[in-house]
Amino acid sequence: MTLLVGGEKMTHRSTAEATDVIASLTHPVEYKHGVTLPSFAGLTARHYLDKYDAPRESLGKVAVKNHKNGVDNPHAQFRKEVDLDTVLESPIVADPLRLYDFCPITDGSAALMFCPESVAREYADDYAVISGIGGATDTHVVHERADPTTMGGVVHSSEQAYEMADIGPDDVDVAELHDMFTILEFLQSEDLGFFEKGEGWKAVEEGVTDRDGELPINTSGGLKSKGHPLGASGVAQVYEVYKQVVGEAGARQVDAETGLACNVGGFGNCVTTAILEGRQ
Amino acid sequence: MSDDGNESTPDTTERTMEAYRYPDGSITYPGHPLGPGGQEPTGTVDLSEYAAEVITWTTSTATPPGVREPNTLAIVEFDVDGEPVRAIGQVTTDEVEVGDEVRPVYCEELREPGAGIREPASQEWDGFRFEPTE
Repeated sequence: MTLLVGGEKMTHRSTAEATDVIASLTHPVEYKHGVTLPSFAGLTARHYLDKYDAPRESLGKVAVKNHKNGVDNPHAQFRKEVDLDTVLESPIVADPLRLYDFCPITDGSAALMFCPESVAREYADDYAVISGIGGATDTHVVHERADPTTMGGVVHSSEQAYEMADIGPDDVDVAELHDMFTILEFLQSEDLGFFEKGEGWKAVEEGVTDRDGELPINTSGGLKSKGHPLGASGVAQVYEVYKQVVGEAGARQVDAETGLACNVGGFGNCVTTAILEGRQ
Repeated sequence: MSDDGNESTPDTTERTMEAYRYPDGSITYPGHPLGPGGQEPTGTVDLSEYAAEVITWTTSTATPPGVREPNTLAIVEFDVDGEPVRAIGQVTTDEVEVGDEVRPVYCEELREPGAGIREPASQEWDGFRFEPTE
């Protein structure tokens, strides 16, 4: 029996200090220029919108969707909806991204209990198995990546997880993605193989990733609404997928037997992808 | 490791935007012990002698301690005799667009050492900003 616990205390720091602590993971040639993770997101978002001719509004719709999902999550930091105009008129943080494109600073924790499946029924009637898991890294220096809109760690970690679970992206019923910034939901949904490259924004526009869509993404509210206590977020993502695949997600429940959680460290520097299957 | 034919003096060496060249022809900024192909570098290139094109940019308004506010940043691409090399850095102005040509200009202190979480002695704080050529 193993108990996995993740936690983070962040709100005792100012926004500027917390931003700097997180930015300290950047390469020295990045850090000395004042590069932060939000600025990476702004640089990437501009490139994505230009490259794929995506409307700025599509990023805002990620925030609207995830805030709506968070309303029904009793563990979410923000349990309130926001409308698109509010998102698009909020203060600029890293042009073209605005305040509502970013996750908040959060205190939080999450835990998971693991045991061999052979003894799982001794502890619970319903449980989930980790049927696939993968981990991968990308370059530390972000600008060295051949395609700034591709997170290689997401691509490679999911390839490992799919192979281990013997499934493909089309078999996933629900997913928790690392939407620290709205643009990351586009990148990951494409790099996980859910949508073609450059098409992730269309899925959001068409409601495919809504709770009642073909592939619900971030039913928990995501990092955007649920909050992002760094050391806890990856665990909390798996917790939400667990709840979904065992049918315990309450008002957030979707029709799901197989779920995926993709947790990103840094700006795609290291990534873990886990696939869960419910056993009821 | 040898310089690629660029004469240098102790004074100008400190102001070199040094990239590494690897046996397969690739160049990275910053340099690494091993290049994209897994081989050790064979030489250096001073990117400050080249112009670059803006690939993308952002203006950050929520800057960390010791960083100018706002802080306009760009990812740019140099063309070193046909070999693309990307770099990131501050821009000298807020008036920048994708596709603009920029040149590196030296800055003694890009952010205030010691104001942020990193120890001042842990790294260098000077470097090159990007200035539009027109």
